[in-house]
Amino acid sequence: MNPSLSEVRRKPRRRVPLAGLVGAFIVVFWLVMAVAGPWLAAHDAGGVASDAVFAPMSAQYPLGTDYLGRDMLSRILNGAPYTIGVALAAVLVASVGGTTLAMFAAAAGGWFDAIVSRVVDTMLSIPHKLLALIIVAAFGSSVPFLILTAGIGYMPGAFRIARALAVNVQAMDYVQAARARGEGLLYITCREMLPNMLRPVLADFGLRFLFIVLLLSGLSFLGLGVQPPAADWGSLVRENIIGLSEGAPAVIVPAIAIATLTIGVNMAIDGFAGRKRRGNGV
Amino acid sequence: MSDIVNVKGLRVTARNDMGEEVPIVHGADFSIKRGEVLALIGESGSGKSTIALALMGYARSGCRLAGGSVTVAGNSMLALGERQLAGLRGRTVAYIAQSAAASFNPSRCLMDQVIESALIHKLMPRAVAEAKAVELFRALALPDPERIGRRYPHQVSGGQLQRLMAAMALITDPDLVILDEPTTALDVTTQIEVLRAFKKVVQERGSTAVYVSHDLAVVAQMADRIVVLRDGAIQETGMTAQILSAPAHPYTKSLLAAIAPKQRQSAGVDARKAAAQPLLEVRGLYASYGAAKGSAPVKCVLDDINLVIPRGATIGVIGESGSGKTTLARTIAGMVAPSAGEILLDGKRLAPTLEGRTREQFRRIQFVFQNADTALNPLHTIERILGRPLEFYHGMKGAARRKRVLDLLDLVRLPAAVADRLPGELSGGQKQRINLARALAAQPDLILCDEVTSALDTVVGAAILDLMAELRKELNVSYVFISHDISTVRAICDEIVVLYSGRKVEARKREALALPPFHPYSNLLISSVPALRRGWLEEVEGRNPAALPPLRQAEQARGICAFLDRCPLRVDGMCNTMPPPRQQLADGGSILCHHNESDLRAAQMPLRVVEGDVA
Repeated sequence: MNPSLSEVRRKPRRRVPLAGLVGAFIVVFWLVMAVAGPWLAAHDAGGVASDAVFAPMSAQYPLGTDYLGRDMLSRILNGAPYTIGVALAAVLVASVGGTTLAMFAAAAGGWFDAIVSRVVDTMLSIPHKLLALIIVAAFGSSVPFLILTAGIGYMPGAFRIARALAVNVQAMDYVQAARARGEGLLYITCREMLPNMLRPVLADFGLRFLFIVLLLSGLSFLGLGVQPPAADWGSLVRENIIGLSEGAPAVIVPAIAIATLTIGVNMAIDGFAGRKRRGNGV
Repeated sequence: MSDIVNVKGLRVTARNDMGEEVPIVHGADFSIKRGEVLALIGESGSGKSTIALALMGYARSGCRLAGGSVTVAGNSMLALGERQLAGLRGRTVAYIAQSAAASFNPSRCLMDQVIESALIHKLMPRAVAEAKAVELFRALALPDPERIGRRYPHQVSGGQLQRLMAAMALITDPDLVILDEPTTALDVTTQIEVLRAFKKVVQERGSTAVYVSHDLAVVAQMADRIVVLRDGAIQETGMTAQILSAPAHPYTKSLLAAIAPKQRQSAGVDARKAAAQPLLEVRGLYASYGAAKGSAPVKCVLDDINLVIPRGATIGVIGESGSGKTTLARTIAGMVAPSAGEILLDGKRLAPTLEGRTREQFRRIQFVFQNADTALNPLHTIERILGRPLEFYHGMKGAARRKRVLDLLDLVRLPAAVADRLPGELSGGQKQRINLARALAAQPDLILCDEVTSALDTVVGAAILDLMAELRKELNVSYVFISHDISTVRAICDEIVVLYSGRKVEARKREALALPPFHPYSNLLISSVPALRRGWLEEVEGRNPAALPPLRQAEQARGICAFLDRCPLRVDGMCNTMPPPRQQLADGGSILCHHNESDLRAAQMPLRVVEGDVA
């Protein structure tokens, strides 16, 4: 349908939906905490602050205390860099690596695509948790290895999704037009293809971030993640699991932290990546 | 009351991006008598399909039937609930959609789908419905009517599928049949068969029909009365003969004018230049799909194509879908590697694939894609789309580039404000201009145009053709103009090449293609283009295509004429055993046929009547 005159005159930008703003606020909040958390924490990460084990929320200990009587708020603030930082680094490895590989595989085609795709298929057949357990068992548990483990474990999924998108996009006429113009592979992938697959890739980025948070939490829960006395949120849940029967806030609070982070990331991505400029058919 | 359909003050609104209700049909009034065929005609966005759907009490998602009344066979369609409408749809009102391929379920056999509505409405037992369907198949001139119902949708051709859809609609003997652009997606040669079948069935059964189309010439064959629509409002209503011969409304006049394309004068490639080295030469080009391993059969798409394109000339390539015309352009552009043959640019051999070509060679040959919707990156602004080739080929930057972008916009008659927009914010015609401007930005010597006007409305398409003709004069570029529409090609090209299943069956000067002799396929193509007057369909019907000369089923020799199965002039013992020779004609053209020039002329002369003048 023709754009009517009224549309041409005023050019409204669609506003970011409220959910997106809320999500963005939560994400920014946690990102700040990931950097500033340890300084804001009133107590040392390992310092036993109270005699009361599994104390309820109080003015002195806003989120109660854990199984050793440590301040839960400080534990969570100290855990933020591990959970968020490690997961963010790992998801960057997974998504950036997977998407880059996928675009080049789709654009180059031929034997390069065939080899990369088959290698990735092989990797996909290994369960993430199993792979992570094997790597941790072989190399021990350290932060760089955790990042690599989660990053490599989740790269095949990111590659598969991005490749499916890239194959569709590279068949579009505008990509063909760029080829017929004689453009190089780098221009075609970065300028023509990437912007048109960014929305789903970002949505996948968010989802993958959450999977990695959950994987790391799972590893920590098993005692193979971040090692004590440092603790990420997953370890906090595990440490305090006996408090569940007492209804202690120490169990639920780190779980809530994980939940707010995951929901916030999803809301932000839906709000921002889902936004499109009026009129284009993407 | 003899009116079977009565529409009064119909208003339909649609919700736009800002959530406001915008009227897309403002107060349509018309009525249809029993047994009458009414045509709704207009460009895309004129609301013709919306009105047709409203006759079934249906509005597309986002649209709302906002007011007025629609009465079909005594039922007030706008007042009824979904359940009551479901009882009427398919029984009282039936619908034939544009794309039959998308309307059939690929996993059920045709018969089940054709009789489905009769069974749903419990009109007749299955056996009776099947018998009736076979009768309809016969009436619609479908091959093998007894058994075609057992096939699946992918086993029949597009034209047959469209006719099967008509059978599906007519099985319940509905009071009203809606045909929504039923032949738009078909080749002209197929269209004529489908139209003929539709017309016969409609006449025999005395059906009342609404025929939605953008093509006045097609409508002229089918309709008793025509309603001309524009922007959701009725411009003119009248009997078909009156609309065609004495249109009252200026818009109707402009539609008629756009359909009969004026001959744009040839750029007049002067003899001196033409005699010099041709710009591009294609020699013995073959292209095929599928791996050629050992003796495994490969699908041959281009078969020994030779082409010479002089500087500043426009070469038209026509043929039906699957004839290899797009592959030819893609091969020249380097997007498809030929399996044999060579392409010479200024006498120098071009690499078969993109990898081996230099940036200068890329610059000199530009490709304009058929569909501007997909050929422009939806996330790049127009300035960036046009600026990229400037930067890429000519190293332009900053203000100089911006200035050149504005020049280009001016060249394709678009305002400078367009530069900052995204393609999605432009209309179809504007996008096609940008598409063309991007090719011009490279300052090419040759532009390959692949069906550039096919997706556009007639009026907009005519404007693009005018623009191209002007630019050729200004810039002295050559075009290869690919189209399935012979009148478009004839309007703009100096030389015309007819492709049939990958072979060049005919090559002629533009002037020569107005008179026989033609290759039998070109003749079929030319005579299948609907003429803009009533009775054309009946005249063509005189030449019954079913009566082809019989062939003894000799084993099919390699290299024989590909048009053999459809050729009315085929000769047993010659055409099915020997490859046809390429005959040089006296006027400089060539034809790939066994018949000589005078035989062809003798066989085709009487058909001149079909060409007729425009009503």
